[in-house]
Amino acid sequence: MDKNLLLTSVEMAQFASTGFLRFDNLVPRELCEAAHEEMSTGKIRRRAPMGSPFSESWPDEAIGKVFRLPKVAAIIHSLVGPNPRYDHHAAHLTPANTRKGANLHQDAEYDIRDLHFDIQISFFPEDTPLESGGTLFVPGTQFRRVHEAEIKRYQNIIGQVQAICDAGTMFFWHTNIWHSARSNFTDRDRYMFKLRLNPTVRQQRLWNTDDLDSPEVIQKLNQKIPWHGQRHRIELMNRIKFWRFLTGDPTFDMALWWGRVENTPDVIVQGG
Amino acid sequence: MPETQLRQKLLFLYLGNSSLESEVVGWSYYDGTTDEMFEAAGEDAEPPYNSVLDAMRDGWRVIQVPFIKAPQVGREYENDYLDFEFVLEKMEVIDG
Repeated sequence: MDKNLLLTSVEMAQFASTGFLRFDNLVPRELCEAAHEEMSTGKIRRRAPMGSPFSESWPDEAIGKVFRLPKVAAIIHSLVGPNPRYDHHAAHLTPANTRKGANLHQDAEYDIRDLHFDIQISFFPEDTPLESGGTLFVPGTQFRRVHEAEIKRYQNIIGQVQAICDAGTMFFWHTNIWHSARSNFTDRDRYMFKLRLNPTVRQQRLWNTDDLDSPEVIQKLNQKIPWHGQRHRIELMNRIKFWRFLTGDPTFDMALWWGRVENTPDVIVQGG
Repeated sequence: MPETQLRQKLLFLYLGNSSLESEVVGWSYYDGTTDEMFEAAGEDAEPPYNSVLDAMRDGWRVIQVPFIKAPQVGREYENDYLDFEFVLEKMEVIDG
């Protein structure tokens, strides 16, 4: 694995804060077209058994080549490590002129792991303008424990990010992120290829940690997400806990958020 | 003969804190006066009001304020749904 292709610590800190990373134009247009052809003609039929090594998926198909691109493979490695497990995939189709309405949801309420996490990758094989209704993501929702589609009542949240992108763009996201497909107002069908992967190793320092001490890491971890409102401090504490997990450093802290509440001295001083 | 009827519009405003003057961090709109389907506004959308108080000054009636409660013991560091959900209504006369 080329170290220079792995995520940086600053990028990982961004992931820890917002729960997703976006990379534009990761996949060459020609490969996008080949993958799109496979999706639209139903050729992505070789479905590896759930739980099998991802390396065994789609050895000959264009979609397999997409995920074996060096940069794509390096990002996957940074988040879930070597030899991830295939969970499932879906070539999500939103047909031309389809109204979606409100459908914000979180995928996996049954996944109550505290710190370990799966990733999902959203790959957009075609140019996805606003009116074609690419996925809407809500940054900073990865630590929220909600029951799948029970958040459907929420139509808009400040800071929501819609996938408005060129062909070849990918979003790598923590599986707990709230998201929603949007209506396709165009005359063209829209595909979004979604892939879920499970780690098979401890998710610790799997990225390029050369910049771990960069002040920008702390800036990313400290960033305020406007919709958190009064909950910002609790979100921050969860973020610190997650960074401790990712870095394997149980003492990591910012501004004594955990250091304060973990401070329960037992030293008895004679004479008080 | 057309019959005049009252229909309800509901506006859900999610605030950053319990005060009705707190900033809006999310919103939803359900309009019982029309058959039109709602569309989410997208990433550049601005909320319809800056606060619940602003909406009240524009004629919206508050019909529900959120209950403020302490976290359960052992769940002090858990977050889940949006906390401060205010429900507002406007009644509108339509020709039935």
